Amino acid sequence: MNDSSEKQSGLSVLDRPNSYIGKTVPRPNLGRLMQGRGQYVSDMVLPRMAHVVFLRSPYAHARILKIDATEAKAMPGVIAVVTGAELAKVITPWVGVLSHLKGLKSAPQHAIATDRACWQGEAVAAIVATGRALAEDAAELVSVDYEELVPVTDMRTALDPETPVIHPELGDNLAFERNLDAGAVDQAFKDSDEVVEAKFVFGRHTGVTLEPRAVLADWNSGEERLTVYLGTQAPHMVQNIAAMHLGLDEAQVRVVCKDVGGSFGIKVHIYADEMATLALSKLLRRPVKFVADRVESFNTDIHARDHVCKARIGVSKNGTINAFEIDDVTGIGPYSMYPRTSAIEANQVINLVGGPYTTQNYRARTRVVFQNKNVTCQYRGVGHPIACSITEGLVDLAAQRIGMDPIEIRRRNLIRDDAYPCGSPSGLKFEALSHHASLDKLIAMMNYDALRAEQAELRKRGIYRGIGIASFIEVTNPSAAFYGVGGARISSQDGVAVRLDATGRVICQTSITEQGQGSESLTAQIVGSVLGVSMGRVRVILGDTDNTPYGGGTWASRGAGIGGEAALQAAKVLRKNILDVAAAILQAKPHDLDIIDNAVVDVQGGQQRIELHELARVVYFRPDTLPPGFQPELMATRHFVPREYPFAFTNGIQASWLEVDTQAGFIKLLKHWVVEDCGTIINPQLVDEQIRGGVVQGLGAALYEHCIYDERGQLTNANMADYLVPMSGEMPDIDVGHIVSPTLDGELGAKGAGEAGTAAAAAAVTNAVNDALSPFNVTVTEIPLTPRVILTALGRI
Amino acid sequence: MKASAFSYTRASSVTDALDLLALHGDQAKVLSGGQSLMPALNLRLSAPALLVDIGAISELRGISESNGVLKIGALTRHVDILRSPDIAKHAPLLTEAIAYVAHPAIRNKGTIGGSLAHADPASELPACTIGLDAIIVVRGRNGERRIQAADFFTGIYETVLSPEELLVAVEMPVAKSNSAHFFHEYARRKGDYAIVGLAASGILEGDVFADLRLGFFAVGDRPLLAAASKHLTGKPVTASMLADAQAALDAELDPQEDQQASAGMRRYLARQLMARCVATLLGRPELDARPRA
Ligand SMILES: Cc1cc2nc3c(=O)[nH]c(=O)nc-3n(C[C@H](O)[C@H](O)[C@H](O)COP(=O)(O)OP(=O)(O)OC[C@H]3O[C@@H](n4cnc5c(N)ncnc54)[C@H](O)[C@@H]3O)c2cc1C
Repeated sequence: MNDSSEKQSGLSVLDRPNSYIGKTVPRPNLGRLMQGRGQYVSDMVLPRMAHVVFLRSPYAHARILKIDATEAKAMPGVIAVVTGAELAKVITPWVGVLSHLKGLKSAPQHAIATDRACWQGEAVAAIVATGRALAEDAAELVSVDYEELVPVTDMRTALDPETPVIHPELGDNLAFERNLDAGAVDQAFKDSDEVVEAKFVFGRHTGVTLEPRAVLADWNSGEERLTVYLGTQAPHMVQNIAAMHLGLDEAQVRVVCKDVGGSFGIKVHIYADEMATLALSKLLRRPVKFVADRVESFNTDIHARDHVCKARIGVSKNGTINAFEIDDVTGIGPYSMYPRTSAIEANQVINLVGGPYTTQNYRARTRVVFQNKNVTCQYRGVGHPIACSITEGLVDLAAQRIGMDPIEIRRRNLIRDDAYPCGSPSGLKFEALSHHASLDKLIAMMNYDALRAEQAELRKRGIYRGIGIASFIEVTNPSAAFYGVGGARISSQDGVAVRLDATGRVICQTSITEQGQGSESLTAQIVGSVLGVSMGRVRVILGDTDNTPYGGGTWASRGAGIGGEAALQAAKVLRKNILDVAAAILQAKPHDLDIIDNAVVDVQGGQQRIELHELARVVYFRPDTLPPGFQPELMATRHFVPREYPFAFTNGIQASWLEVDTQAGFIKLLKHWVVEDCGTIINPQLVDEQIRGGVVQGLGAALYEHCIYDERGQLTNANMADYLVPMSGEMPDIDVGHIVSPTLDGELGAKGAGEAGTAAAAAAVTNAVNDALSPFNVTVTEIPLTPRVILTALGRI
Repeated sequence: MKASAFSYTRASSVTDALDLLALHGDQAKVLSGGQSLMPALNLRLSAPALLVDIGAISELRGISESNGVLKIGALTRHVDILRSPDIAKHAPLLTEAIAYVAHPAIRNKGTIGGSLAHADPASELPACTIGLDAIIVVRGRNGERRIQAADFFTGIYETVLSPEELLVAVEMPVAKSNSAHFFHEYARRKGDYAIVGLAASGILEGDVFADLRLGFFAVGDRPLLAAASKHLTGKPVTASMLADAQAALDAELDPQEDQQASAGMRRYLARQLMARCVATLLGRPELDARPRA
């Protein structure tokens, strides 16, 4: 990987000899994790640690009349049984709204339900014992008298006058509504040769993390401080909120986030049971641990994507798309989730529909309604898969109607690669996208024409294969526009501190977090490259509000673009400071010196002048030998947030090749391609694996994943046997290609890549299924595409 | 979730196990591979006071053939079946079917005795025993019972085994030179329990089925030996014979509705499987033509 043939003069800070940028290097944390030495909260043990188990409502909607814990409290090992009302004395309730989502309303939510349970799985009491099994034994003995209330389960009738209102004080079940009307939509439809309509249905699902949610709260009454070990994506956000609701100063709360077994957006929220665990630790003055079991995960980890959307597209015979219109409804559970709210997803759907295309005529409505099901919130790709499936589904239906190839209609309507900067009818600003370059690359990668020929040949033999294409845009690197402007104390900036230690090694503290995507690696790569230090000498510290700069964390595809830029800027300053010291020691001029391979060298000739450990020795132990008045600064801190654009949009395109068994209704995925443009690629393998992992989650949504509720609001498949996650046996090979359009909002040029895979995978699959079934004149616009859905569409059952 | 507290004991012999079961009655549960029992305990769907681990009883292990009978001990693990040359030779249906059971980690622990005693109606092995006309050998303190597989399964997770008996072995006639077998299941993912499946064996005389045993699974509360096969034996199968057999099959099925499939879908898929089986065994693809647009 070393390439020292180029000299650094005239190159950017990243494009240096021995740069790690753009190279696949092993992750620094690999050895630790592979040897089973990770530190997951689930595994942590503290002295005097107690375990909490939550007794959860078996009903979707019920009044809590009486809780009798007498027997449970007498059980061996039981420390306390705490009801919602008792806990409310220690922790205040919250309301999940943001001011920039105008009109969004929600009701106060308690850490433990006080008088009413609003979904099956909401906690109604906490049982704290010396062991989890003992707490479960005791939980069986807590008796609760419920009065069952009528549950609101169907989002399509949630706003009907006959439907009960879940929170009477709110007046109705409408949490949020947004309308948008841009351009001249009516005229555009009137001018269209064809208008195609469809109803898109999306199955509610969740992001299944390998390690369930886990928290260990340790209230130290001697210090009056709460330490929270939590698998979270946003430590500072949790610090702020925990302090606020427990009546503490922020400085009294420390959040430590060590290894996290997967997050996908699931672990970026404030969960009632986690808040209850914090409060219990304070109440009982001892460490309390909560680890969700799998059944609890399905019932309480946020769900997402529960949408029904009527949509239409107007198109001219020549292929010009004239307008999009959507009318979307989504059910979010009984509360808007805290603090990011449950309206963001629907808001994103409105923002993103039609996004890759030139038409400026767009009308949209979304209604976000309450129901007595588990809460929904942001999960990987927030809103993107919905918007993409609607947009790309409509584009394919339009192409089919006018008899045009799906590639051709996209060529004619995708925003031109030389049209930037430009904007969307929903007000999005695009700095530089590459839809056409991506499309061209995709066609070459998949050998489109040959695949079409193969498809036609097989069709003659009764084998029905389909090709599905889906272009997408992705929101990454969000500025304060996402949450900050709405009043949430969720930082959009990140900070990185780098220092050269006394042995010439580098310690780097960053406010972004690591949940497996490689934050640690990319930070070390950037710092090592900018400093001229080998990665093995860079140690990265993350996930500790006491020991890292203040920042947002890792979510919304922001870690590399924002945290990476902060790392770059901090390393630049440290580099300059090191060269200043070197110049002082060597009696040279700083600009005649460089750092390569852990040593200061002459720019001219590359001669090694002083190793960094020697420089550090002088600075830390023999400062007396430095020129008088010269103070070395071998630690530098920089913060970053994008300022030019509210979001760094990325783009890309995906394709699916699959076969539909028209006899049994099963779909076999044969191949998947992605071309994406995340700007500067720091580590190709990390990007490719993010894309592939994202695609797999999108394929899960397309074919398998579904939280199935019955009409009484009971989640009927809350286990790993009945909730089907995508598994390797069914996954196709996923080829990933790249186009690189760096963002100029920062020196690094990196945009996000974490959610692109999820954005368009289901859309590509659905389009491919409809392509395969086109000889049968069948269109399916519902996911997951189960055998039952296919057989029903084909009229076989 | 954690299981509620239970006692554990390891039986040293079949007699020892039977004594323990007799002593504790339905308070005790036999622990074999644990792949169905442990999840049930952890979910607190089952809370026995005592687990009697039979894993150390060597007389329950082993695969042997004598006098045209293949005998498989109750403790034979799925992975042993998968790899056994004796089974590949004498009961190739099992070799084929076992690959559909769960995943390697589970096949390394799960046992044939456990699978049959557990009697999940969507399970592969019970249907195979029916398709292969196997005999299930059970032992109690009063001696041994030999039960036809088709009579062994009585409902969802229900068999004729009493809580005080142990399933000790399965026996089946070895495959003949003109035996043929077919296995297929529809499952959402590899390793999942089937939506509908068929484990079949037959005797072919020329192009005629002299005998055909169709063991359907996931079509009702227990595996089903389809009587409809009588429409397919004794003379060369025609499309109309197959249609009659499919109609007869439809009439004898009583499938459940669940998240994967409606009863109607199960009936439909079972009919497809029957056609596929017949077409495959007879080498006549036209009997199972795919739908064309
Ligand atoms: C993720 C997963 C996927 C699976 N998928 C499938 C699948 O696709 N198809 C399938 O068929 N199975 C599947 N299984 C179940 C697996 O095949 C089990 O191995 C089998 O069902 C039970 O065998 P066991 O040896 O583990 O029995 P155990 O779990 O130990 O026992 C099961 C039951 O049988 C009783 N029992 C066990 N042995 C005896 C005996 N000798 N005499 C009397 N009673 C006895 C026990 O008391 C208990 O009630 C799956 C399991 C898992 C965990």
